Amino acid sequence: MDHFDWDDAFIVRSEAEHQLHYCHGSSKESENPSRGRYHQDFTILEKRELCANTYYFKVNAPLLAKKIQAGQFIIIRPNLDSERIPLSIAGWDREKGYLELVIMAAGRTSTEATMKNVGDSIQDVVGPLGQRSHVAKYEGACVVLGGGYGTGAVIPTARDLRQLGNKVYGIVGARTKDLLILVDELKAVCDEVFVTTNDGSVGIQGFVTHALEKIMEREKVSMVLAVGPVPMMMAVAKVTEGKGIEAWVSLNAIMVDGTGMCGACRVTVGGKTRFACYHGPDFNAYQVDFGELVKRQQMFVAQEKIAFEAMQR
Amino acid sequence: MAEATKGLSSKERIKKPRNLMPLHPAELRILSWTEVPIGYSREQAMDEAIRCIQCKKPECVPACPVGIDIPAFIKLVEAGDIAGAAGKIRETNFLPAACGRVCPQDKQCEAVCIVGKKNDPVGIGNLERYVADYEREHKLDRTPVIPPPTGKRVAIIGAGPAGLTCAYELRTRGHEITVFEAFHRGGGVMVYGIPRFRLPLEVIDEDLKLLEDMGVEFVYNMVIGKILTIEDLLEKEGFDAVFIGTGAGLPKMLGIPGENLNGVYSANEYLTRIYLMNANEFPRASTPLYQGKKMAVIGAGNTAMDVLRTGKRLGADVTCYYRRSHEEAPARTEELEHAEQEFIDFKWLSSPVEFIGDERYFVKAIKCEVMRLSEPDESGRRKPLPTGEYFIDEVDTVVFSLGCEVNPVIPSMTPGLRVNKWGVVMVDHTTYHTSKKGVFAGGDVVTGGSTVILAMGQAKQAAGYVHEYLMGQFNYELNISTDPNAPGVQWEGRFAKGKR
Repeated sequence: MDHFDWDDAFIVRSEAEHQLHYCHGSSKESENPSRGRYHQDFTILEKRELCANTYYFKVNAPLLAKKIQAGQFIIIRPNLDSERIPLSIAGWDREKGYLELVIMAAGRTSTEATMKNVGDSIQDVVGPLGQRSHVAKYEGACVVLGGGYGTGAVIPTARDLRQLGNKVYGIVGARTKDLLILVDELKAVCDEVFVTTNDGSVGIQGFVTHALEKIMEREKVSMVLAVGPVPMMMAVAKVTEGKGIEAWVSLNAIMVDGTGMCGACRVTVGGKTRFACYHGPDFNAYQVDFGELVKRQQMFVAQEKIAFEAMQR
Repeated sequence: MAEATKGLSSKERIKKPRNLMPLHPAELRILSWTEVPIGYSREQAMDEAIRCIQCKKPECVPACPVGIDIPAFIKLVEAGDIAGAAGKIRETNFLPAACGRVCPQDKQCEAVCIVGKKNDPVGIGNLERYVADYEREHKLDRTPVIPPPTGKRVAIIGAGPAGLTCAYELRTRGHEITVFEAFHRGGGVMVYGIPRFRLPLEVIDEDLKLLEDMGVEFVYNMVIGKILTIEDLLEKEGFDAVFIGTGAGLPKMLGIPGENLNGVYSANEYLTRIYLMNANEFPRASTPLYQGKKMAVIGAGNTAMDVLRTGKRLGADVTCYYRRSHEEAPARTEELEHAEQEFIDFKWLSSPVEFIGDERYFVKAIKCEVMRLSEPDESGRRKPLPTGEYFIDEVDTVVFSLGCEVNPVIPSMTPGLRVNKWGVVMVDHTTYHTSKKGVFAGGDVVTGGSTVILAMGQAKQAAGYVHEYLMGQFNYELNISTDPNAPGVQWEGRFAKGKR
């Protein structure tokens, strides 16, 4: 019987804890806690279309906003009958108490979420879940790579890395110019940002790895973090492997509860079964069994189609 | 009626045959989610109550984890005072409708019933269920008297059997209670893990509503350890004590090849998708379930029975694979019987060694080794031994139900909270105080996985000590093991002679 070895998770966490002392704000708690103070309504404060089918949301969640750390994720249930879906976080404001989300309408539940407008609220928002991203002061540069709607997820980590005094490069990739998102937001937290498009409509033509290789030629890279589609994360792992670079990927496995209870998000990392929701979502890119991850993400493809059609009716 | 039966001797009472619980026929019930037992009629209940011989020193009471005064409530049933019986049960158990349905009475109260030595034991569980249902159907006022506020606040983590019991007990002592729950609704394992055909939702919701009416505050979507830590609760949020009742939510794995194939679920995932997220109503509810036509369930505990019977209702051919034999199956006798009635196949002495997948990474077959049982060892247990013989069955869904370990979220986020190497939260065995001041724990989080009623029993005992702690009367030499190999709180053996 495999007993989960939490030790590595602890180490990541406690190291991060020490280094992120600046995250502990000086916000004073009120002296007299009153009844119902934990009630949260997850109202949408702002909505913006980033590109076709992909939206930026600002959601009221004061308790969550106070605690969330870079790399952690949330689970939302947009309506009563919706599925619980995991979402990464593009940012937050601890004082104003909101979260920034990037949601791409892909399946039924994410489409339901993107159909909500300012003033509507999300039924349930749970988090922060998972372990925070591993950050440290590195010798060489750090590179964060975002593909598609995964771009949002690298912004908080990039900010943390930079605050620790690292030189941080950002790379955003998309198929074409119109699908590029969050470039300005990433620019705000990176020393330099590269844009790549497959069709060359803007920036470097090719994949994010082309930009990464350019940086690697130019100077020493110590750490990379890639968040996006699995082929992109695999490519990043391939390009950096064996070059003394620490490579992290954030895995978007299928989840139900998000606290380690159900095991739906099992991934094989370094030959061991891990739960993306609890041990992750960030893992060592060289150890992840991406082939299995891709296949497991296909588990409900047939059902998702049925669900989507049912919604449209 | 009571008058008429007053003169009956114990001998005559013992001789009466047990009133069997009427059940919906198996052919029909596998087509619906309706509860399987229909319940006693008033006549049956009163007749069954006659069978209790009102022992001077009843063994059933100490065998009940919450110590229900069983002879007293049965006497009231015999007299036809069902409301009185309900009040009697409520003195010690506030979830009688759930307990009457899901308690392993055959291993607790009914196992030690004196009548059971000569005849079948008194149907204590069935009677409890009848009384609780009567109370609910007649909308009897169940709200207890709440004493004036003590000014103390307790945070309870987890709205499952342990947390709810602790909330009830402490609220009735006048404390202000906030229950934090990670899911979007309360009930814990009673909702996500126990099928509707065993425990209807309205039973749980009534009990939750009772707590709300008593002034217990429920906060959902709160993963304590993440959004607020236990230290936050005690130091910043102004709580005077914390009770951890988060249960055992981390599925045990088989550790065999093919375990991560698509179509292979943990029992937790399978049941949660269906009972918490309503995947059986897909696509109205959008949580999907990949449900094959031929389903294998690994394990033979109560949860395995729940999965088997759920799969049957979803139209699959289901087979149970267990490495020991029928005799050793850990499930309640009644669950096993009900499963057998529902046309479920059992392959005893079959130990899965591999799941075989197809080119799409979906499971298509299960490979098992045939086992044989050894001679009983010192403990009397017969161990399964490999025979070297294998067989392969074609299946398209596998659910493994091997029990759970303690969920690590809270232990990992609470410095100073001592756990053993299995992650079980270590507590003082008398007071349920953990190694962290003002923090108590009970239920599966300290046993590593048990039953609803045991969790309730622990929570109830713990609540007594939480109360003492809050009132400044807590003065114990705590004995909390520092040995990482020490087991959690062992409950088996705490009950009278416990014949299984």
